[in-house]
Amino acid sequence: MTDVIKIEGLTRKFGEKAALQNVSLTLQKGKVLGLIGENGAGKTTLIKHILGLLNAQEGTVRVFGLDPVEDPAGVLGSVGYLAEEDGLPGWMRVHELQRFYQGFYPAWDQRYAEELRERFNIDRRATIKQLSKGQRARVGLMAALAYRPDLLVLDEPSSGLDPIVRREILTSIVRTVAGENRSVLFSSHLLSEVELVADDVAMIRGGEILFCDSLDAVKQSHRRITLRFHSDRTAAPEITDAFGWEGFGQEWTCLFSGHGPTFEANANLAGAEILEQQWLTLDEIFLARSPTEVQHV
Amino acid sequence: MDQQEIAKSAAMRMRVSQADGTPLYLQLVNQLKYLMASGRLRPGGELPPIRVLAEKLVINPSTVARAYRELEVERLVEKRSTNGTFVAEAESPFAAGEQRRILANRVDALLVEAKQFRVSTLQVIELVQERDSVLMEGEWVK
Repeated sequence: MTDVIKIEGLTRKFGEKAALQNVSLTLQKGKVLGLIGENGAGKTTLIKHILGLLNAQEGTVRVFGLDPVEDPAGVLGSVGYLAEEDGLPGWMRVHELQRFYQGFYPAWDQRYAEELRERFNIDRRATIKQLSKGQRARVGLMAALAYRPDLLVLDEPSSGLDPIVRREILTSIVRTVAGENRSVLFSSHLLSEVELVADDVAMIRGGEILFCDSLDAVKQSHRRITLRFHSDRTAAPEITDAFGWEGFGQEWTCLFSGHGPTFEANANLAGAEILEQQWLTLDEIFLARSPTEVQHV
Repeated sequence: MDQQEIAKSAAMRMRVSQADGTPLYLQLVNQLKYLMASGRLRPGGELPPIRVLAEKLVINPSTVARAYRELEVERLVEKRSTNGTFVAEAESPFAAGEQRRILANRVDALLVEAKQFRVSTLQVIELVQERDSVLMEGEWVK
């Protein structure tokens, strides 16, 4: 399978502060990669490198096998980009904006653009600044989709938008990968949305990638597990890869992140058997992997 | 509506939830099994195309594909050359097992309620037999 995005050992410092620290990440063709992390974790800085807006200080960034800084035309001509804050020129009318984009992108499909505009119910004669935030997001989405880019990059697309627009954005992601085997990278703090549409998930914290794996593997390696010990316990047990213990007597529940069979063996050694295992939502996994003060609620 | 359309519309009414953490493909597998076991998806019925169902549920198409594949491995559905996915014609032991599982859940609920009413299991069995003969005679009593 071909790599649409391949980042290796990317480090970026702003002054003394490392915004990205040895980041490696891959997006394969036809897949949706969800980038999750708190505000300020480095998501937008990472996306700027992918778009060629920032130069890699250390490491390499390749998009379609090209360096986005050295070959911006080769990369950006095939990338559709929707930012959290739209940079659309407020004075332009919607139909003027379409013509403007048409000039930039040879592959611009005006019929498709019009189809999207009608589906999103946008007045073609309205100026951008007259539109609501939700409508502007729809115009931005139209502009990002209408030249059928091979890679769609969405930076916090759902931020501050109502459920209807958010659903339209998610539907666009699904359509992008469903029909034509194109790829999507999107960052979001709405983890339930990531869980719906992502193939792979990368979690970033303090500029470092905590994990980048298939959503499936991420879910497999995180559980809420209830154990029964052979005798009463007065203090929380200690088992490798388990934390957030709650319970008393013989029954204790923990969150677990790691390799299941190893945990089971360790639990047996500690004198316990597994009573119940539950799946975690991506939200719960995110909390579990966040700093310790958040863990012990 | 013919069998095909019934199958499709039943499958299109599925729902997924991110609230309980169960992987989405498993949620789909469970719901499709339920639809098959309850007879709303009959043998030979066609499931919605992957892309159509993915757009309807707003989930990744690979998740739908994974669910269909899982059912195919269990021989509950079969792929045909036309690219469609159909409920398997053969009576599958898995379907019967699934039916048993669903019934067991209902029986459990019934027994719990009976316990609360202090009705013995024997009395419940008698009532089941009584209701069965009523239904067999086609007399629907409220």
